[in-house]
Amino acid sequence: MRRAEELFFKTLMILATIVILGSLMMILFAVVKRGLPAMNWDMITKIPSGGFYIGKEGGLLNAIAGSLFIVIGSTFLGLLISIPIVIYINIYLPPKSFLADLTRLSSDVLFGIPSIVYGAFGFTLMVYFGLKTSLLGGIIAVALLITPILIRSMDEVARIIPKDLKDAALSLGATRFEIIKVILKQISPGITTAILLSVGRAIGDAASVLFTAGYTDNIPTSLSEPAATLPLAIFFQLSSPIPEVQDRAYAAALILTFIVLVLSLAARYYSRKFSKNKI
Amino acid sequence: MKTMKYPTEENYYDEVLTIVNDKNKKTMPSSNSNAPHISVRNLNVYIQRNHILKNINLDIPNKSITCIIGPSGCGKTTLLKTFNRLLERSNEIKITGEVLVDGENIHDPHIDITHIRKKMGLLSQRPCPLPMSIYDNIAYGPKIHGTRNRKQLDAIVEKYLNAAGLWDEVKDRLHAPANRLSIGQQQRLCLARGLAVEPEVILGDEATSALDPISSKKIEELFVQLKEEYSIALVTHTLRQAQRIADYIVFMYLGEVVEAGPAAEVFNNPKEKLTREYLSGYFS
Repeated sequence: MRRAEELFFKTLMILATIVILGSLMMILFAVVKRGLPAMNWDMITKIPSGGFYIGKEGGLLNAIAGSLFIVIGSTFLGLLISIPIVIYINIYLPPKSFLADLTRLSSDVLFGIPSIVYGAFGFTLMVYFGLKTSLLGGIIAVALLITPILIRSMDEVARIIPKDLKDAALSLGATRFEIIKVILKQISPGITTAILLSVGRAIGDAASVLFTAGYTDNIPTSLSEPAATLPLAIFFQLSSPIPEVQDRAYAAALILTFIVLVLSLAARYYSRKFSKNKI
Repeated sequence: MKTMKYPTEENYYDEVLTIVNDKNKKTMPSSNSNAPHISVRNLNVYIQRNHILKNINLDIPNKSITCIIGPSGCGKTTLLKTFNRLLERSNEIKITGEVLVDGENIHDPHIDITHIRKKMGLLSQRPCPLPMSIYDNIAYGPKIHGTRNRKQLDAIVEKYLNAAGLWDEVKDRLHAPANRLSIGQQQRLCLARGLAVEPEVILGDEATSALDPISSKKIEELFVQLKEEYSIALVTHTLRQAQRIADYIVFMYLGEVVEAGPAAEVFNNPKEKLTREYLSGYFS
């Protein structure tokens, strides 16, 4: 009986794993099958030329560049906001602090807010400040979107830092400010994971950049210019009635997937490198 | 247990009887090396309204090993943590009374807390190296206290790794992560790290309980060497360890100091019934 029970649940677990791996494979298969034929060197080295959206020449360099700018900018901005928060609620506030709990609760709530709301919020802010759709607007909206992810995933790691480690550093006569270095080293694998999660979210999100970054055929050369993004490129091309253009959407998806893959591998590599000292 | 012969050296008895039960007596800081290094006066500690330490009065003598013994939950560790003010990091702590280090009340609101902590090297139950290399673990303390010169730091690292008997084992891999060391080596690394900030007192919170017998013997031997220069206060669960290395014994029970005095006296001739019972293994 107990063996049957074990077998039953083990089968369920294996099934679940197969379902998730299977869906991933099917998505990848669809993307590769339709995208690969449409892939060519021009797609990643050229910006769209006239008539690109009705099947003529050009590429998606505008969207690739725009997406990378937005991801890098918003991750940087997001870290700038989230690291001080995580440090403050974990080192400066006492263990059972109301303020810390409130911060955690708020970031949980913000985590669940749909990205279109961030887009709309960013847009409202931009209207208020008289900004046009721009790279900066996109970066700010996406930073708002990923900050709760960064906070929560870093906080989960920071919370389980052994009390002994903080005590050890403090008993050497360090101030709380001086132990930040120790804490950051200890949670560096957590920071990498947080960045990875938020980069994945940031690069794939279409709704938050729709109103804020806009779309353009050019590569932005300053923060005040609009920027194209890969998810929007996919969206616009998929809406086209021309099959050739729809295939290009899959090619864009392929590029997007590839970027995420490269970033993940890099993050894993560096995470291992940085965490060698972890206790 | 009672018939145990403790090696009694003349000087144990020559030193002043440091245990003060007279609540009104004030300690006078003096250059006399026999003056107590840490004096606790009417110390009461409450954690979440529980009275953990009850009216503690005791002295930790200079340049000797004081072992704080007693059953689990008697407040030994709490007492030790009040000495370097790590206790206040927890919630709802209330402390009354005085802890004087070199005649200076460490709970004085005007005092610089890092200054107090620097004076007290803490060796915790489980070794807790910082997430850095062996070298950086030792250099961390001196660096935050202002030593930046690379050559000076090199010298400090070598000196204190030697003091902790670790230099020969790690000199070829100073820049390897500290977590690659065995747990016994890690504990000696932590000791070296503590010594590198030039403390006056070493506090050990069951510093050998997580170690294998050989490593813990090494740590014990180090303590015996180090008492030439430092005052050492150890919380220990192992009576045998206290018998081996203690110069003075403080026996605590349920948050109170039951008996305190030179080791030979407490072990061979305990005054209190509770102490006698504890030493004979009646309870533990």
